[in-house]
This record gives sequence, structure tokens and C-alpha cells, in this order.
Amino acid sequence: MLEFSAILLTLRLALATTIILLIIGTPLAWWLATTKSRAKPIVEAATAMPLVLPPTVLGFYMLILFNPDSLLGGFWVNATGDTLAFSFTGLVIASVVYSLPFMVQPLQSAFETMGKTYMEAAASLRASPLDAFLTVAAPLSLRGFITASILTFAHTVGEFGVVLMVGGNIPGQTRVISIAIYENVETLNYAQAHFLSVILLAFSFFVLFFVYSTNRQSRVHVG
Amino acid sequence: MSDKSLRIKISLTLDGFELDVDETLPFGGVTAIFGPSGSGKSTLLRAIAGFAPVQKGLIAAGARTIFDSSTNIATPPHERSVGLMFQDTRLFPHLNVMGNLAFADKRGASTTSDSLLEDIVERFDLQDLLARDVGALSGGERQRVALARTLLTRPQLLLLDEPLAALDMARKKEILPYLEMTSRAFSIPILYVTHDIDEVCLLADRILVLNRGRVTAIGSTQEIVNSLDLLPNGDPFEPAALIEGRVYAHDERLQLTDILLGRERFRLPLNISVAKGAPVRLRVLARDVAIAKSRPADLSIRNILPAEISRIEDGAQPAFATVMLTIEGGMLRARLTRAAVEELNLQVGDHVFALVKSAAFER
Repeated sequence: MLEFSAILLTLRLALATTIILLIIGTPLAWWLATTKSRAKPIVEAATAMPLVLPPTVLGFYMLILFNPDSLLGGFWVNATGDTLAFSFTGLVIASVVYSLPFMVQPLQSAFETMGKTYMEAAASLRASPLDAFLTVAAPLSLRGFITASILTFAHTVGEFGVVLMVGGNIPGQTRVISIAIYENVETLNYAQAHFLSVILLAFSFFVLFFVYSTNRQSRVHVG
Repeated sequence: MSDKSLRIKISLTLDGFELDVDETLPFGGVTAIFGPSGSGKSTLLRAIAGFAPVQKGLIAAGARTIFDSSTNIATPPHERSVGLMFQDTRLFPHLNVMGNLAFADKRGASTTSDSLLEDIVERFDLQDLLARDVGALSGGERQRVALARTLLTRPQLLLLDEPLAALDMARKKEILPYLEMTSRAFSIPILYVTHDIDEVCLLADRILVLNRGRVTAIGSTQEIVNSLDLLPNGDPFEPAALIEGRVYAHDERLQLTDILLGRERFRLPLNISVAKGAPVRLRVLARDVAIAKSRPADLSIRNILPAEISRIEDGAQPAFATVMLTIEGGMLRARLTRAAVEELNLQVGDHVFALVKSAAFER
């Protein structure tokens, strides 16, 4: 069935975005949580921009960036023979940018809450900064990592505007659930639209329910 | 510079506070860093460990220079071989006691055959705590685990930041023997930050007095305790004298311990934790010492020591004078009213008797 591939594609996109953002977002969040640099508010503002920008603006700039005449787009065409626009890879890149604050902000706040006391203790016990991060900071911020990953995943599942701009509606390539719902409504196929919408509705509720209930636990645990 | 010294030259400004220290300490023994709160004691330790930015200075432990602003040496904290035990212990909450100890042991051990971990577990009586969650430890146990953990990094220099400050009297007594053992068993220099003079007298070989970021006095424990009345900012540092003797006998019936000072005997409330023949230090407050011109009879006071007046000083308050007494194997100070000094016509060189109540040592 067509819609099954939309669901699968959405999950693949969300998973890829979450994994890439874990790798990019963690050092960025750590830097923001520990830096005394004056550039911090600039970077914080840039990171938070996807929260307020209309997805169309972001999608528009992404399209320009993906154009084979541009640096990134040209490089990609040379390297792979394919264009970034209207491809799954392009969708992942756009999602990474669009969901960045959902990964960085919870992580930054987890790192700030932990403070530097345990990192100092680890250093005094001869742990190098990377060693201390992996063996002390990461396990102590585990809840932050879980929250950030879930929010990133869920936010990617729910995105629409950027996907429409950058990816279009190619089955198996860029046709994610939200696009499928849009098309089903356009073509008055309400039964399919209902089916997919209920899935997203239930998914969103349970994700948020999980995030709020684990956060409450952690508050009780800390206090 | 000698290989056997600890060079600490630090000049730093942190949030408006200035610390300026330039001392060379012997490479061994316990140096108490003593001073009122806010005097820069903890900042000094943090600077040595590499956690407070030093603007200018030279820090060298033996032949190893870990910081030198003139040659741009600033060894990162984890490579300094300096063990800092934090006042708040900072045990890792995601690891149990064994996990915390193993964390340090793994990074501190130079060879795999080295068995310091078992040795430390035994010395610090940690066998029963190993599987315990750190959240389930008492205050005293936390300090014990934290000290053991720090030692497992095999530090070349041990920094203890008020290890007993968070504990009540009973818990302090529980930890002190471990601290004494540490200074005896591990032949590394220890810097011990505290504002408790009793801890200083018990553990320290020398004292560095810090006030407002400056060293105001440095010397052997006896020298400093015997000479200092007030801290420079006026905080009371009770006039006292430190005397050193040996445990002679324990009298279980009367619950007293006899301490031998030369040929004289001192009787104190029983403390069987100190073995016969072991050296002890007693800090005798000037206000607990009285003077008699002849040996008194029919007196409740148990400790009567022949003494010679070596000096008479005005006290901090106009009504009082402090009389320095030379006794066998040391000195005492007595805080008397000036009226008493006049009435008894006390003069330097007089042979008198110093009276010290045993109850003064109740702690």
C-alpha cells in the first residue's frame, strides 16, 4: 500500500535526522553550556531560529543552497551525479537544520543543570576532558539525551512546510506522512487522511506524555 | 631549586578577589592552610589543582613543574598528578562506591598488577560499602570514600579542602583516624584546608595562615599555635599552647589517660584509641591554666606542673594579661587578670606551678 511506504519513509527520515543531530548537536550544546565566549548569544539565536521562522523561508533558502549552481549543490552533483533538491538526502539535510533547536536546547539545559562540579571531580581523578564527557557527563545527562532525541524525532515526523518546499511529493523518496495527508485531503480521500492523522495524533500525544512524565520524575529525583 | 620542595607561587584575581602567595614548602608532611572563611584557602587549592586561572606564578612539586607563567607551562588538571578532595565529595551519583573507586583506580594505576585498590579498601574499611549506592552513604562514609577515591589516583600531592567541615563532632571523630593514617601511610605532601584549630593541632606538621589572600604567618604547628592570639582580621584564635607528650597509661577505673611530658604526668579523660607510648599533642587554652606560687594541696585540679615564668604580656582585653610559662618539654600560656598578676607579684623568672583542669580536655 502506498501509505505504508509514507509511514516507513517518515520513520527513516526522523531516525536519520535524530542520529545526525545527536552527533552535531551534542558538541554544540556542550559548547553553549560551558562557553564564556561573547559569541554565545549569536550562536544561541542562530540555533533557535527554526523555532520562529516560517518553514517556507527555510525551505526557500534550502532550495537555493541545493541548486546545482551553488557551492553545496554543485559539489553534491559532482560527487554523486544526483541533485539534492527533491531527494531523500536533501530532505535529511533540511530536517537537520529545521529540528536543530529541539536537540540542542534540551541538551544544553541538561548540561547546564549538571554544572561543572562533576567534570572537575573527573579531571582531578585523571580523566581527560573527552573521557570525562563520555564516562561522567553523558551518563549524568542521560535524561536530557532521551528528551532531546524524542523531541527531535517527533518534530521531524510532524514537519510539513520544509518538506513540501524541498522534497515535493515523490513516493518512496520524499512523500512523508504529512505530505500524504495533505494530498489525501486535496483529493477528497478523507478515509486515508483520517487513518494517517489519527496515527500522528496518537504518536504526538504519547511522545509528549512520555517526555513530561519522565521530566517530572527527574525533578522529583533531583529535589 | 631542590627536588624535595613544593614551590607555590601564585598570583591571581578572581571575581575581584586577589590571591598572592609565594612560599616554598618541604616536600612532605601535612601543611594546614588555616584562615577565616573568604581568606582564599579553597581558591589556593583550586589554583594548584588547575581549576582556578592563575595569572602569574610557578607551581612545582619536586622536580615536576606543573605551572609556570614565564615559560607558558600550564599542565591541564587531569595531568597534574594532584589529588584534590572536594569539600562536597563529588562522588559520582551514577556509579556505586566500587564504581567510584574503580574510576580513579583505572586512571591512576600504572601497571595492571598493582593492588592499591584492595589495600585502600582494607585501610579505609570499605568492604561493606562497595556495593552501596553513593546516595545511601552517611556523611562520614561519603568523606571516607572520597578520600580513598582520591588516593587511588596515586597523586604526587594531596589537597584536602575542609574534609571534615560538613560533619558533626561524632562523625569527625570517625574520620580523623583515617586522615592520620593517610598522612602516615602515604609519603606525599598534604595541603589541608581547615578553619578548625583542633584538626590543625591533631594533623598538621606546619601551618600556613592565610588572610585576605595573603600569607600572614607560616611555621611549625607548635610555633604558630604558641604565638598566635588573634587572626589578623580580629577573629578570635584563642591564646593557647601546644604541648607534645607520650601516652603513659590508661586508667580504666577512673577513666583517665596519663600523658608523660618529660617526667611530669598529665591526666586527661580516657581515650583508649591512642596506644600506650604513642605521641600525642595537647592544645591547652590559656584560659584553662591557673598559676599558684606554691604547690597547692587539697585541690581538685589534677594537673600541677612546675613552671618558670618566661614572659608576661598584656592580653587582648585590658583586664587580662597572658603569662608564658616554660614547663618540662614545652610551654604553657595562662590567661590571668592583671589584678592577680599584681597581687601575686608575678615576675619573669619566678618558679611557680601551672594548674590545668583535666576537664578542660573534654571534647
